[in-house]
Amino acid sequence: MLTLLFDGIAYGMLLFILAVGLAVTLGLMNFINLAHGAFAMAGGYITVLLMNRAGVPFLACLPIAFVATALLGALLERTLYRPMYARPHLDQVLFSIGLVFMAVTAVDYVVGSMQQNIHLPDWLQGRLPIEAVGIGKYRLFIVIVCALLAIALQWVLSRTRFGSRLRASVDDPRVAGGLGLDVNRIFLLTFAVGSGLAGLGGALGAEVLGLDPTFPLKFMIYFLIVVSVGGTTTITGPLLAALLLGIADVAGKYYVPKLGAFIVYTLMVAILLWRPQGLFARASAR
Amino acid sequence: MTTVLATRSLVKRFGGLAATNDVTLDVQRGARHALIGPNGAGKTTLINLLTGVLEPTSGTISLDGADITKLASHLRVRRGVVRTFQINQLFNTLTPLSSLALAVSVHRKTSTRWWRSLGSDAGVAAECEQLLGRFRLGDVMDQPVHSLAYGKRRLLEIALALACQPRVLLLDEPVAGVPEGERQEIFETINALPDVTGGRSEIVKV
Amino acid sequence: MTDAAATTPSRASPRAPLGAAARSLRGYARWRWWELALFAALPLSWLLLPSQALLLNEIAIVALFAISLDLVLGYAGIVSLGHAAFFGFGAYTAALFAKDVMPDPIVGLVVAIAASALLGLVTSVLILRGSDLTRLMVTLGVASILYELANKLDWLTGGAAGLQGVVMGPITVPFSALAGFEFDLNGRVAYAYTLVVLIVVLLIARRLVYSPFGASLQALRDNRLRAASIGLSVPLRLIAVYTIAGGVAGAAGALLAQTSGFASLDLFDFHRSAEVMLVLVIGGTGYLYGGIFGAIAFKLLHDLISAWTPQYWNFWIGLFLVVLVLVGRERFIRPWTWFGKGARP
Repeated sequence: MLTLLFDGIAYGMLLFILAVGLAVTLGLMNFINLAHGAFAMAGGYITVLLMNRAGVPFLACLPIAFVATALLGALLERTLYRPMYARPHLDQVLFSIGLVFMAVTAVDYVVGSMQQNIHLPDWLQGRLPIEAVGIGKYRLFIVIVCALLAIALQWVLSRTRFGSRLRASVDDPRVAGGLGLDVNRIFLLTFAVGSGLAGLGGALGAEVLGLDPTFPLKFMIYFLIVVSVGGTTTITGPLLAALLLGIADVAGKYYVPKLGAFIVYTLMVAILLWRPQGLFARASAR
Repeated sequence: MTTVLATRSLVKRFGGLAATNDVTLDVQRGARHALIGPNGAGKTTLINLLTGVLEPTSGTISLDGADITKLASHLRVRRGVVRTFQINQLFNTLTPLSSLALAVSVHRKTSTRWWRSLGSDAGVAAECEQLLGRFRLGDVMDQPVHSLAYGKRRLLEIALALACQPRVLLLDEPVAGVPEGERQEIFETINALPDVTGGRSEIVKV
Repeated sequence: MTDAAATTPSRASPRAPLGAAARSLRGYARWRWWELALFAALPLSWLLLPSQALLLNEIAIVALFAISLDLVLGYAGIVSLGHAAFFGFGAYTAALFAKDVMPDPIVGLVVAIAASALLGLVTSVLILRGSDLTRLMVTLGVASILYELANKLDWLTGGAAGLQGVVMGPITVPFSALAGFEFDLNGRVAYAYTLVVLIVVLLIARRLVYSPFGASLQALRDNRLRAASIGLSVPLRLIAVYTIAGGVAGAAGALLAQTSGFASLDLFDFHRSAEVMLVLVIGGTGYLYGGIFGAIAFKLLHDLISAWTPQYWNFWIGLFLVVLVLVGRERFIRPWTWFGKGARP
């Protein structure tokens, strides 16, 4: 049971890192980006290729995946996404679906559709005998890394000037712009960091979640669940939502394998029916 | 001297801020009141409370003696509490004619008809003619609303409210953005419209 | 009519001639020439292209599916990523009905429509509140739930393998002495069947969108706040349109199951929901016939691209979507606005 709980937490933390960028972009730019999973996939594949083809050690791949995906995100934001911010949501949905399709098939074409394997370094493999339960070392690693990142994000958001500028822009971009904040730059940085985090999550999650070209489509609904249930105005909202989702999914698949993902979807629909703005959102200007 | 709309100790708090602080008012039939005050005084909040867009923190609102505090927004409109908006809230892809025809249909309780066309009701057409004529929208009646000039849009904004045959009309800065010379005309136009409700009361926020 | 003219005072502005509004309103629902042409073209296509019946049947079913989405998306403004829920539900209902109850196509169709409409009614409460994202999620969630249900309840639905071997009986026209029409291998009977359903749905939908109810849908799409402020009950209308659209989508699914003889899990898939949205967007939303033009264009596009690169067709369709949106949907279907000062994007 404890193992399950722990696995659920690890899964949830991973989902959080993957989805937090999406939550912030949605809250900030009011942009429904269904292609967010493609950045995660990019991070995963960059890691795989670097490790398997170039022999780069796993730990070094993580920051590389982050930076590379962040750069990719920055490039796309500046060129493709920025004209789309003012568009109606339908257009944004169509646009990001188009991007996902392109990304998925492009990766399939270049790398092939088989699932990619990552060989974790030895010190990350195996289990730690804690209590009577074994805790997977890699999962522990994930939890620690993600927790540190979550703390760092919360700190940036609430203690730094950039964080307060970001929060101001989320609350009301027009007023923020009127106060002299360079809203475009804030958007760019935030989008880049969000994509970078997704890439990092993809790298971390390749071993746990499986990595193949259909990754963005398979997990898109999970990211969206984290964002819609967790709300877009806080960091802790998506974190709690992701943990809830992770635990529910792992527990559901173990105890009631017949129903599988059905439980997660029903839970989501029920929560959104009860609280359409998400579990943790406060009323915002939008 | 009958009271049409009344509030008792109406309060609306947003967190620590009391936007509406213990408001008690009585609006008589046929009366016209001006709601004046500096920015941030809570005038639009009061209008939102009266029309049901916001729920009061405490206090009651009644129409003809009946408590409407919990009544849904669209039902208050059916009972005759109608408002206009300071920033035009229009149906951009419809035309002035079809917008008015819809509003008139709602009032005549034919808006759920799904088999006969919007234009098939002669009574609806007649009322639309009147409104279009009074508000000088006849020459643009078939153009999509998003393509109209600001002045016409403002006129349509008010015409839409009048199409609902209000008993209590709440005008939120009706002449905002309208040049000085035309303002009086707008008020006169509203006054000149025949009133089937037997004495329309108005609250005008300026 | 003359009463109104007599009582309108002479102070009416000279710019609005008496009766102009009435005249315009009377023409509100008039048939345009191209509508008549389209309605004539449909049965003509059956007469003149007998060898293409199977293909045309496929297109007609997609068109019907897209029209149902138009009601929800084009007229009521609800962005749904899970419309395939109704499509699949109708298909499975019709298939199971034919297998386990009776193989009469028309009865099965009616049952499937009723079931899908009921599903629409039940799930419509989910789309009433919340933002676009919330609606996106719940529609996606419902389709995913149905997918999982169909997958896991394999004793009923055949699971991942799908429901095979659905054999339909002949189409018998009730209360007539006409002999039954068996589904033939060339698909001519199937296409005729589908066409009749499509035409009937179009005629009813046409009435709907030009009625006060239809106008109220467009009003709540354009400005929900103002719609409520003129007295419209927004939730009731959303529930009504979602129920109707569910029924129509279910009809499309039922027709697919009945004319192809099987139902499978991919009918609930996200790809289906995304595809029907694309079909509708290509054809144009909010004027009822976008589904038809979109289905034809999509099929042509699909065949064109697949002939060239069968495996990576998704890439090109993705690119097409991106370009479509960047150019602007309204401008896209108006090629005369592509150069020079165009319409607003």
